[in-house]
Formats: sequence, structure tokens, C-alpha cells
Amino acid sequence: MSTAVNESAPGGAARQAAGLPRLLPAAPEDLHAHLARYGPTPYRGRTNLLIDDIETSGLTGRGGAAFPVYRKLAVVARAGVRQGRKVVVANGAESEPASRKDELLLGLAPNLVLDGLQLAAEAVGATEAHLYLHYAPGPQILRALAERSSRGLDRLAVTITQAPPRFLAGQEAAVVNRLGGGPALPTFQPPRVSERGLGGAPTLVQNVETLAHLALIARYGPRWFRAVGTSDEPGSMLTTIYRPDAKTHVREAAIGTPLEALLGAGADVQAWLVGGYHGTWLPMPEAAGITLDNASLRRFGAAAGAGVLAALPSDRCGLTEAARVTGYLAAESAGQCGPCLNGLPRIAAALAELAGAGHRRRTLADLERWSGLVKGRGACNHPDGTVRFVRSALTVFAPEIKRHARGQCSATDRRPFLPLPDGIPTREEDWT
Amino acid sequence: MNTAFWYASRATGIVALLLLTAVLVLGILVNRQGRLPGLPRFAVTDLHRNLSLLSVSFIAVHVFTAVLDTYVHIPLVSAVIPFASGYERFWLGLGAVSLDIMLAMIVTSLLRGRLNRVLWRAVHLLAYASWPVAFAHSIGSSKDLQQGWMLAVAVGCAMIVLAAVVWRLADAARQVPRAGRVAAVFAQHTASAARRNRGTVAR
Amino acid sequence: MAETLRVNPIACTGHGVCAELLPELVALDEWGYPIVDPRPVPPALDRDARRAVAACPTLALRLLRSEQPARSG
Repeated sequence: MSTAVNESAPGGAARQAAGLPRLLPAAPEDLHAHLARYGPTPYRGRTNLLIDDIETSGLTGRGGAAFPVYRKLAVVARAGVRQGRKVVVANGAESEPASRKDELLLGLAPNLVLDGLQLAAEAVGATEAHLYLHYAPGPQILRALAERSSRGLDRLAVTITQAPPRFLAGQEAAVVNRLGGGPALPTFQPPRVSERGLGGAPTLVQNVETLAHLALIARYGPRWFRAVGTSDEPGSMLTTIYRPDAKTHVREAAIGTPLEALLGAGADVQAWLVGGYHGTWLPMPEAAGITLDNASLRRFGAAAGAGVLAALPSDRCGLTEAARVTGYLAAESAGQCGPCLNGLPRIAAALAELAGAGHRRRTLADLERWSGLVKGRGACNHPDGTVRFVRSALTVFAPEIKRHARGQCSATDRRPFLPLPDGIPTREEDWT
Repeated sequence: MNTAFWYASRATGIVALLLLTAVLVLGILVNRQGRLPGLPRFAVTDLHRNLSLLSVSFIAVHVFTAVLDTYVHIPLVSAVIPFASGYERFWLGLGAVSLDIMLAMIVTSLLRGRLNRVLWRAVHLLAYASWPVAFAHSIGSSKDLQQGWMLAVAVGCAMIVLAAVVWRLADAARQVPRAGRVAAVFAQHTASAARRNRGTVAR
Repeated sequence: MAETLRVNPIACTGHGVCAELLPELVALDEWGYPIVDPRPVPPALDRDARRAVAACPTLALRLLRSEQPARSG
């Protein structure tokens, strides 16, 4: 299962005073423990009632896009049922190779997520519920579902569908495509899935962490939720942290926490990566004062995304890391849209060339041209996210590019730092 | 007068067959993104569309002149209701089948923007049924086409259609499937980059 | 009423007919795929725009009334 360590377990007066942790218990909680701590699922009795609380709470999606949750709920709630059908999906396919939070959350507190799923279903008037995972559901989830069913806690039966290990598998339209029996490939929107999704029915897709927060807001109210975080971006979020001096771990942090407290900014850190592989590289020490909220991150063109934070050690080659990741991102293109399938491999190859010894004079200019050509011209955000990652790498690692052009490299440790899975998709079956 | 109608019907029939052959070949060209030498891309799409409408016009004259000719009785409805004619029931019936398919193709194409893309494509693929049926109708219902230069023309059309269909299938088989497209771009780009950049040492 | 051109990039196979029929608003990138002007179609080009939309062999080019939200991540 997960090798990520949970650093959010209760303990430490400072943490509890701050209202954390909220989501992650120290050990997996079965239904009995969950009910002892939280009580039964607080159904409201009617559709829509929860949505106002969610609006007041300011909860945004924790799957990466940070879209206001109440708005999605409202759209789906308002939509008429299509052939008597309305769908909610708990999206546990975090897809980012570097993100471990959803897997950990589902292993430790599955009932919180499942509560959120049922409450969201009630709020929008859904007729069916789904759970979407990258892996076969573990014993915690299966037992949680069985126990909830026998206790009559779940109003809707939950169908579990497995997602392929693709970077795009968690994209909203790809989720609906896969649930409908097709491949986990994005489809063209409009229409949005919240209006016409699975089987043409209005479909709410929410990340599992978002649903867990929703389940807590339903119990403790929006004011409780806003007790941590900033006034514009309230609440807490799960982050997956990569540091040179520590094992990879998942930590729940209040929004607005200084990144230095999470990542460290000593001499052994050359740059930060915020927001995962569609995220942004930040230069050290210029970005050392940044806090974990989009208002602060925006100043460097960054966003928190799904909470993947990495501190790149000074002894590695940032250019090589960026080239490795970009190669992965290119291979994970759906290959459906001309600009993306043509541009991303070329961008990746150019970055690999820059990470080699010496490069052609045209490579940087080609890179910039191709980046401009792919941005905004796909059916999903994959080219845009990739371009953001690449452009920030070119900026932050500009001195390294010059070194490599002279045949030098400042790295003393050649081991890869950022995690990437083995194997690239080559056949149609790799997407189902 | 009757003879004139009969000749007109046969003449417009053979011209329609030639036009339909061109329409099918052009349709394949559109699908495979082929070009007509010296012409812009929109010429292929426009010609395909315009010739299909022209074909139906010729077929209309072909039908009306056959109906007007009183030497044999062919009811007008037998043009669209297969096997409703007393004269040459089977062979004329094939003509009606072919025409019905063509009409469905044209109506769905005129309403393309409003129709489900899968439905439009399914109807349009019936072209591959419509042409052979029209060909059978031509050969079977007219003694003219069964000999001499008219037979040669008809057979020539069939050869062209056959070659075009074979080419279309081969071209589609050569096409890289979606799951392999990115890898193909990688390979193509790396090969040309390697040719240009022999001195680079990869890490 | 404002209408804008929008390409469905999944349906688009890079035929290039749109760029021939509407060069004022559609250019082709170096791989043959359309770069469409996102601004509303000027009334003078309305007929040409409709012709380009009708001519697209894969129906990838569409004319949309008012601004539609862009695709999600």
C-alpha cells in the first residue's frame, strides 16, 4: 500500500490548538471508530440545504482545480434529471505520480469520504453514486462500504470503478468516459459533465478530499471550517511533501502556512516545485517567504494544485529532473488533439537536449514557439499544465542551461529525485 | 416521343453511374485527406458535395423519363419503393434501393450540424452498399450495358471503385492508432534531431 | 448576437479546409492544425464563417452563440 508517512496524526498541543488535524486519524478508522468520533451521517432531509453551508464555508475543490464547490453542487442540483438519472462521483484517482494524499485518506478515513459522497448526493438529488480509484479497493474501503450498507447508513449504493494508471485518468471528462465503459480519455467540453455527463445525466465529480471536508462542514458548520486558513481561501488541505532530509510524507496544513515550514529553505534546497507536475518551479531564495495559498503563490505564477510540494536538493540537476518529468507528461498525452500530440513530444525532446551536453542554438527558440502553440489548444488542460511546468523550469534553471551548453553540470548526485512510474502507454488497453 | 424518353433515360442513367463513381472516389479522398493536384483542399470537399447533388439531379431525370415513356409501365413510386414495378421488378427494385440510400445520405448530410455524429457516419458508410447496388441495377436492367462500349464504361467504373476502396483500406491500415501517435511523433522527431545533431551526448 | 468560432480539437484531423475558406480568422500551425481567432466573428465574415463550418469534413469547427466556458482541467 502506501509508503507515505502520515504526519498529521493527533498529538502536539500546537497542532490541536490550530484546529488540525481534521481529516487524518493516526490509524485507519473503521465504521465503529468513525461513528464514535463523528456520529452518524448528518443527512439534511432535502436536496439543496447543504449547499448554502458549503457556499459560506468557501470550500474549493482539492483535486487540483480549486473550483468553488458550492457552484458545482448548485449547477448539478439545478439541472433536470436525464431519464430519471443524476450522478455523483467520488474521484479518488489522484493520477499525479507524486501525490499520495487521496490514497492515504481513503486508507485511514474512508467513512469520512463516503459520508461526503452520500451528503453531496443528497444535496444535488443524485440517483447513483460512484467511487473511482486507481487501484483495486483495499480492505478498509470494502469493509467500510459493507458495514455502512448493513447499518443502512448509505442512501445510495456505491459502484466502484477502477481507473487505469494514466496521468489524465482523473480528469473530469475522462472519469465520466471511463465510468461509461470507455477509455479514461478526456472528451470535448462543452457540454460540461455537470450538465451532461455519465449517460447524458448531470454528473458531479468531486475529489475524495473535498468530500471529506464537506462531510466535516456538514457536522461542524462553515464557521468551524473557516477557523483555519485565510479569509479568501479558508480551511486546510492535504499536501504530499518531498524533502531532501525526510521521507515522503502526507501532511495536512492550514492554507496560508509558510511553505518554508513545510519544505525547508536551507542551503541544501535549490528550488521548490509547487503544484505537482502541472505546477510551477520556484527559485530559492527569492520565493522563500511564500505561503500555501493561491493569493501568495500567484505572485510567482504558481498555484497549490493538488498539494504536491517538493524541495529540490542542491546536489541534483534541476534541468534533468524537469526533462524527465516532461518526457513522462508527453508520453501521457491522450494523443487526441493535434497540437498536444505534436507539441509535447517535441517540447520533451528539446528539454532532454538542453539537459544533455551542448544543444543547438535553435532549441530554446523552438521550445518557446511550441509552448505557445500548444497552450489552450487541447480538449483538456494537459498541454497548458505541461507548458507551465516547462516554462518555470526554463526560468528557474536558466543558469544550469548555460552550464550544460558548456558541457558542465552542477549536480553531484545523479539519482532521480521526483517519482515517476515505469512504463509508458502504448496500446488502447492501457487507457481502460 | 417515347423513344426519346427511353434514350434519355438510358443516357442519364449511364452519366449518373459515372458521376456516382466520381462522388465515391472524391468521398474517399476527403476521408483520407487526399488532394486533387493543383486544386485547393476545399475543392475536394465541395466537388464531392456538388457532384453528389448533380448525380441525384441526373437520377431524377433518369427516373422521370423512364416513367413518362409509355412503352412499358413503370409507376413513379417504384423509384423509391423497391420492387413496386411490374416491369423488370428485381433490377429496377435495386435502383430504388440505391436511390433510397442516396436520399438518406443527402438528407442526413444537409442536417449534419444537428445530428449525432455517429448516426451521420453510419448512414454515410452505406455509400459502399449504394454504389454496388446501383451498378447491379445498371447492368441488370439495361441490355445496352451488357455489351460493347457501354459495358466497357460500366466495368471501368467498377474497377475504379474497387481500386479506390482497396486504397482506402490500405491507407487506414497504415494509419498510426491513437495509442501510438505520441510515440510516433517522438520517434520521428528524435530521428531527425539525431541526424542534425550528431555531436550531442545524451545523459 | 455575438458568435465565436470554436474548434473541437479531438474531432479536428487537420484537414485545413477552414483555413482556406476563412483565412481572416483561421490560420494553420506548423502541424496543419487550425489556430482560430477567439474574438466574435465580424458581421462581414458571417457568411464565410458559416461556409467554413459547413465545409469541415469532421464537423470540428463550430459557431457558438455567446461565450461558452472553456474546457475543464
